[in-house]
Amino acid sequence: MKAANVLVLVAFCGLLIYAATGFPNRGDALSVTNRESSPAGTPNAPTHYIRRAKEEAHTDNMVTAILADYRGYDTLGEETVILTAGLICYLLLRRERSGHEKE
Amino acid sequence: MRRNENNPIIDLISSLVAPFIMLFGLYVIFHGHYSPGGGFQGGTLLAASVILLRLSLGSELGQSQFPRRLGTPLASLGVLIYYGTGLAALILGGAFLNYGFIPFSALAPLRRSWGILSVEIGVGLAVMAVLVAIYDDLLEGEPDA
Repeated sequence: MKAANVLVLVAFCGLLIYAATGFPNRGDALSVTNRESSPAGTPNAPTHYIRRAKEEAHTDNMVTAILADYRGYDTLGEETVILTAGLICYLLLRRERSGHEKE
Repeated sequence: MRRNENNPIIDLISSLVAPFIMLFGLYVIFHGHYSPGGGFQGGTLLAASVILLRLSLGSELGQSQFPRRLGTPLASLGVLIYYGTGLAALILGGAFLNYGFIPFSALAPLRRSWGILSVEIGVGLAVMAVLVAIYDDLLEGEPDA
């Protein structure tokens, strides 16, 4: 059973490494994601961001402009998730103590 | 955190280092427009400085810097700043979170820049407060905490 586990693990590792060799190189101008337009002929979103982020958002850091402006809803959701995690810790961990105080 | 003995070296060094970590956290939040950084990273650094003081001085002395009861309200305030920025844009005639409609400045691109900053401040506040609040929650009920 243990040998089977190791075998599955090694096979999965091999599969992942094989898949990773198919990735385009970093900064490869000819890969699909880095092209100016998608295979269907529509313009890619990154092209717009790289060309226009500076003038549209007056922000030098493209990543900040994308995170907080173009993808503002996404960041809003992330922040809400963090608040929820904090509130759940509050509910789970503090309840016990108030129960003790009542006793 | 249980303290076995008073160690003046740890107390001194952590009190000396904590303000600089906090300053760097503020820098990371406010300089996120020009260099790598932003609300999440800066908020984590701010929380690190607060938690460092709690670890070294004990939670009781650490309370004087950032009281335990402030954690959840400040986190909610941070999220409210984000939602408030979005709602302000909505009320002033734009779409939700369209900072171009908030009159921070006369020029539309500058308005977006200021909108990003206000959103990042909200994120930083919420992340810092939540991290410190989780630390406090975990220590709740610990003797000599």
